[in-house]
Amino acid sequence: MSKQEYNITAYTENQVGLLNRLAIIFSRRKINIESLNTSPSEIEGIHRFNIVVHESEEVVRKIARQMEKQVEVLKVYFNPNEEVIWQEMALYKVPTDVIAERALVERLLREHGARVVLIRKDYTVFETTGHREETDKLLAVLHPYGLIEFVRSARIAIIKTSQGFHHKLREFERQQPGEEVSENEFLDRRDKVFSM
Amino acid sequence: MFPNPQLQSAPASPEALAVPQVSGAVALLQGLVAEGVDTIFGYPGGAIIPIYDALYDFQEQLNHVLVRHEQGGIHAAQGYARASGRVGVVFATSGPGATNLVTGLADAQIDSTPLVCITGQVFAHLLGTDAFQETDILNITTPVTKWNHQITDARDIPAALAKAFYIARSGRPGPVLLDITKNAQLQLFEHAGYEPCTHIRSYRPRPVVRPEYVQRAAELINQAQRPLVLWGQGVLLGSAEAEFREFIEKSGIPAAWTILGAGALPTGHPLNVGMLGMHGNYGPNVLTNECDVLIAIGMRFDDRVTGRLDKYARQAQIIHLDIDPTEIDKNVTATVPVWGDCKETLPLLTQLVAARQHPAWRQRFRDHDAEEVAAVIQDELFPTQDELTMGEVIHQLNQLTQGEAIIVTDVGQHQMVACRYARLNHPRLSITSGGLGTMGFALPAAIGAKYGAPHRTVVAVIGDGGIQMTIQELGTIMQTGIEVKILLLNNQFLGMVRQWQELFHERRYSAVEIASPDYVTVANGYGIAARRVEHRPDLQPALRQLLSHPGSFLLEVRVTRENNIFPMVPQGCGVGEIRLK
Repeated sequence: MSKQEYNITAYTENQVGLLNRLAIIFSRRKINIESLNTSPSEIEGIHRFNIVVHESEEVVRKIARQMEKQVEVLKVYFNPNEEVIWQEMALYKVPTDVIAERALVERLLREHGARVVLIRKDYTVFETTGHREETDKLLAVLHPYGLIEFVRSARIAIIKTSQGFHHKLREFERQQPGEEVSENEFLDRRDKVFSM
Repeated sequence: MFPNPQLQSAPASPEALAVPQVSGAVALLQGLVAEGVDTIFGYPGGAIIPIYDALYDFQEQLNHVLVRHEQGGIHAAQGYARASGRVGVVFATSGPGATNLVTGLADAQIDSTPLVCITGQVFAHLLGTDAFQETDILNITTPVTKWNHQITDARDIPAALAKAFYIARSGRPGPVLLDITKNAQLQLFEHAGYEPCTHIRSYRPRPVVRPEYVQRAAELINQAQRPLVLWGQGVLLGSAEAEFREFIEKSGIPAAWTILGAGALPTGHPLNVGMLGMHGNYGPNVLTNECDVLIAIGMRFDDRVTGRLDKYARQAQIIHLDIDPTEIDKNVTATVPVWGDCKETLPLLTQLVAARQHPAWRQRFRDHDAEEVAAVIQDELFPTQDELTMGEVIHQLNQLTQGEAIIVTDVGQHQMVACRYARLNHPRLSITSGGLGTMGFALPAAIGAKYGAPHRTVVAVIGDGGIQMTIQELGTIMQTGIEVKILLLNNQFLGMVRQWQELFHERRYSAVEIASPDYVTVANGYGIAARRVEHRPDLQPALRQLLSHPGSFLLEVRVTRENNIFPMVPQGCGVGEIRLK
């Protein structure tokens, strides 16, 4: 099965040690995490992990189920790149004298949609957001001008088709503490279930 | 007495003054009592002394069994849990005490055994300083626990304990570890009472059953000409033995078991066609690759059961009933997955399946049985050579116990023989280390099993390799006076490794010949009666003595040295390639 980038989105409790528990799921299968971001979600007390891996759908599905099996994990989605809006942020530190003297650089910055974050006598910091290839392009352009430092953030992604997890969580909570509801929607995706 | 600077009570609000102040340790023990715990296996140490101190006042409610090693403690708790169906509880101190639990945690995790382990931890202000007997037990045990949690404030103990029990016993059960810092054990707080946990927002142990999948599964079963049921421990964990039996008896489908599923259907039941897997029976293995519909119930397609996956049941439509969604499609892709507790799904399925007999198909299992009896079983159970075989020992044990005893096995050749040949009339009579294959499991697990099911005879069947791994637990038997029948099958080898070396490594017997102590003397040293036999006429009287002796007894049986366990699916082969010799 062919591999591609998958964006794994996990909604979790904010719990010490959970990062380790989730990381082990990847490491014991020798799967490299390309990018990992965790932050509070739109729901109070619920954290959101964005994890990027380069793997086959079958492997990612199994990982997602293993993640969702963890006690503190509420919900895990996985999507290929075309199903998500995603961004990474990059910071570039460049000598200020080069920026000031070479108008060419300024033009390049404009072309790449970069913004100035800080200007000092000795260096200037630019910021840009976009897909990897976009931030990479500016990196390549700035290299010849004495780039001092570069850093790129983990990827953050929002699922295009999802109604958002907030709605689902409210639905879960509405039905609690009555009958416990589990979604087994992964079963719905099994197109070949009735293929006999 | 020295004042303890860590002994501080939490600030009290005026309206809460009427609530009694208790220490974290007392709150913990109150919680255990509230959860219905009666037996704790453990070993004290510096970081858990406050809990042991509190235990002094709980002796009437909580029976603490002092083991000789924490590994023995956790295996005993596993035996208790498996025999009783309740949650096993273990105490251990920080550092080495806690790390000694790791093997048992891994074993319990892979075999879905519900455990709550309480470890002491250094004072919270010392965490991360490499303090005396400090280990980061949370991170060490993360991969081998269903859930773990560290408590640094006594006020968190009741809720965390309630959560621990709920997680350990619900859904697919498993081991949970609570690490409690010493200051939290000592700290006084206003304890408003213990409340059991019934719901965790992010944890949904009981999936909603989807009737359309049950319906589809029933249709497949009703169309099947050669259906085969494979059942595992899920049937026992879900207490669904009766539901399972109804399903089997109505549908008339032959059913085979994984070693952890043993006993869910009595050994003598006409639809019980034997054991699956590497050393399982010939019929169910071969016919796995000939059935048209394979119904897997509460089993996880372990590689010891499936052999090579690309040669496994390729011809069959597969129905997989499991409570754990991660098991569905993990190793074998299901045609129809039925996600749910089999206690709930099986009755739904039974309603929809047609009453059938499958006489011709069942005859094929009997034909293969006859082949296996002629090639393997006859010689194993009724040998003609002078030396005793493991199989005949188990066979004679069966005649005396009549399928009513709990058989606890260690890991190795004797385990495969015992699992293959032991007769079991009831559920929860077979206790073994399945997924992890932990040598040293049986002796402590048998001690725990006797506490879990005191009315049953408990026979620990152990090899000469395994018993030497946890032989110190004879001390636990000595001190507690618990009655465990130890049947030691001594072939003077690490037999299973030797078998592999013989079959696959040109008889290069590397480090498998293992010397034994004089077990009779060792047992006697612990005040346990013992006997050794090596001749056939002595076997049955000795087994009678083992079973009838008041109290524990160790019977060492010297068996033939280089016997092999057959049938066998060699590693890297499909189940259809099972060898009879």
